[in-house]
Amino acid sequence: MSERLPRARAIRLGWTCAAVAVLCALPFYLDAFWLRIGLFSMAAAVGAVGLGLLSGTAGQLSLGHAFFLAVGAYGYVWLAGEPGPGLPTAVAAVLAVLLAGAAGGLFSPVAGRVRGIYLGVATLALVFLGHHVLLTADSVTGGFNGRSVPPLELGGFSFSTDSELTLLGVPFGAEERLWYLGLALFAVTWFTARGILRSRPGRALVALRDSETAAAVMGVNVSRYRSAAFVVSSMYAGLAGVLLALSFRRVVPDYFGLVLSVDYLAMIVIGGLGSVAGATAGAVFVTTLPLLMTRYADQLPLVAAPGTTDGTVGPTEAARYLYGAAIVLILLFAPDGLHGLARRLRARLRRRGAAPPPSGTTAPSQPTASAVRAKEPTP
Amino acid sequence: MTSLLDNVFNGLALGAVYALVALGFVIIFKASGVMNFAHGSLLLLGGYLTAVLHDDLGFAGALAVSVLVTAAVAGAMDRFLLQAGGPDPHTAHVQTIVTIGVDILILTDLSRRIGGDLLSLGDPWGDSVSGLGPVTVADSRIAAIVVSAVVIAGVFALFRYTSWGLSLRAAAEDVEAASLMGVRLVRVRMLAWCLAGALAALAAVFLAAFPAPGLERTTGQIALKAFPAAILGGMASPPGALAGSLLIGMTEALVAGYQSELHVLGEGFGDVAPYAVMVLVLLVRPTGLFGGKAAVRV
Repeated sequence: MSERLPRARAIRLGWTCAAVAVLCALPFYLDAFWLRIGLFSMAAAVGAVGLGLLSGTAGQLSLGHAFFLAVGAYGYVWLAGEPGPGLPTAVAAVLAVLLAGAAGGLFSPVAGRVRGIYLGVATLALVFLGHHVLLTADSVTGGFNGRSVPPLELGGFSFSTDSELTLLGVPFGAEERLWYLGLALFAVTWFTARGILRSRPGRALVALRDSETAAAVMGVNVSRYRSAAFVVSSMYAGLAGVLLALSFRRVVPDYFGLVLSVDYLAMIVIGGLGSVAGATAGAVFVTTLPLLMTRYADQLPLVAAPGTTDGTVGPTEAARYLYGAAIVLILLFAPDGLHGLARRLRARLRRRGAAPPPSGTTAPSQPTASAVRAKEPTP
Repeated sequence: MTSLLDNVFNGLALGAVYALVALGFVIIFKASGVMNFAHGSLLLLGGYLTAVLHDDLGFAGALAVSVLVTAAVAGAMDRFLLQAGGPDPHTAHVQTIVTIGVDILILTDLSRRIGGDLLSLGDPWGDSVSGLGPVTVADSRIAAIVVSAVVIAGVFALFRYTSWGLSLRAAAEDVEAASLMGVRLVRVRMLAWCLAGALAALAAVFLAAFPAPGLERTTGQIALKAFPAAILGGMASPPGALAGSLLIGMTEALVAGYQSELHVLGEGFGDVAPYAVMVLVLLVRPTGLFGGKAAVRV
């Protein structure tokens, strides 16, 4: 195994480079619709990775993620805009992330003590109270109609369509520019989250999830780590909120409701708890599926064109049906989520590629492997 | 003074209905460790069935059918979707997310059918009112309190005196031990879901009856109020769910009743006041009012 390790690492590095290259090249080939889907996915991935740290790694159920997204998004809009202090947009973005972290910190008296399903419903309260504040504090949030988002400017470069920019014959509008911002922020999220997971605090959080008492005996400061996990996760949510606000160009209170929180929860479970890659996959899945289905639903059988309402299934509804069914089916057949599914597929491929393994080591998964062979005999 | 009595009575009626929903929610959690996000759609399903059937079957017949069907749907959902991989407590969070998927499916279908309509459930109380001492109250509200009280007493009797109740309590205490003692976990769980579905269908009647305009597609969202009610009481305690529901109903009615004095908090604070109360309670008692401290073995 040890002599294969460098090769495996090289292969992994190669795949990573290829993925990065493809992601960087995409804006030159895709139109705005696809880029916007990509942007939403990246924002969702940032938020989902944060929630994954909290709920997947630390085992603290949170239904309040939408609230922290809202703090990030509205924080940015208020700090950078009029009415508001009108700070430089880059500063406002950083402060908005810190603000979301502070909001998570303020909740720590609850987050540090309340656990399990109680915490889940307590955070639900944040969503409803937050939504109420967003609706009533007109002067800051713009009330029901929300506020438009000032575009981000970084060292004279504006992430909007205001200034003309053409690269290699491709006009670079807001979506193309934001794509790279999203990629950079996602990369930061990816590496910091993996760093946290693999370091001392990450292990402490896993220990907390598995047994609070045992972790406390090992010297983990329980309530401090629980609160810290909450703060870090809120900061990721705030970052996602800023990115979402920038891609939407308008923030409205109704977006940041319970449905959004539940979507994030679905993302991390569908992706597979406790892994950054899983959270990302889940985020992409949950974000893209409804958008794609709404767009292409009229090409599905049994779906009526939009506008006909006499008891037939419209495209939006068809998208919802398929989305609901997809959640149920995925979890029915892969309870450990997409991450677990990928791991099993990889193991199966490797087993098929290699010589027949000694029966002792792979005994638990033997039945599935032989079932597959029976169905599709290898030439 | 009359307005205070009015509000208190409203709160009582509201709390009684929330109790039906919250009790179902707690029963499901106790039996399976799952937070049932589909509870709102089950409620809406029950209301919808009563609404479409009452012309043909009469109110009582329609209600009976809707309670049975909703119970069957809830039971089937648990048996065939959630317990598909066996009653494994380790996957409770996965099952919770599956309920989200089911919720989306049922809710989408019902919203499509209901559209923008307001459905009447054909309940016998209509908009009649009676005088109770100094206050005038809607008959539907009195019915809500009476029916909820009877049904909840019946459910507690089920817990206390039937072998199913004993099995459920045993399974909630210790799954492995219960299983070794011959408790059929799959069936006990499924029956718990059936009971919760039936309670939700019943609650829908009172949520759509008189002061409310009728059954809308958003009626199911009221089940969300049962979350804080269940948590306030302590998730694993049915009597706690009852107390929590009354507290939530009372808070909502009082805050809505004194809206004009509380305008600092913004319009419509009554809808979110239950959550504020819940957070305050959790700050003091992290496992709810009636939730005991669990002993943990390492």
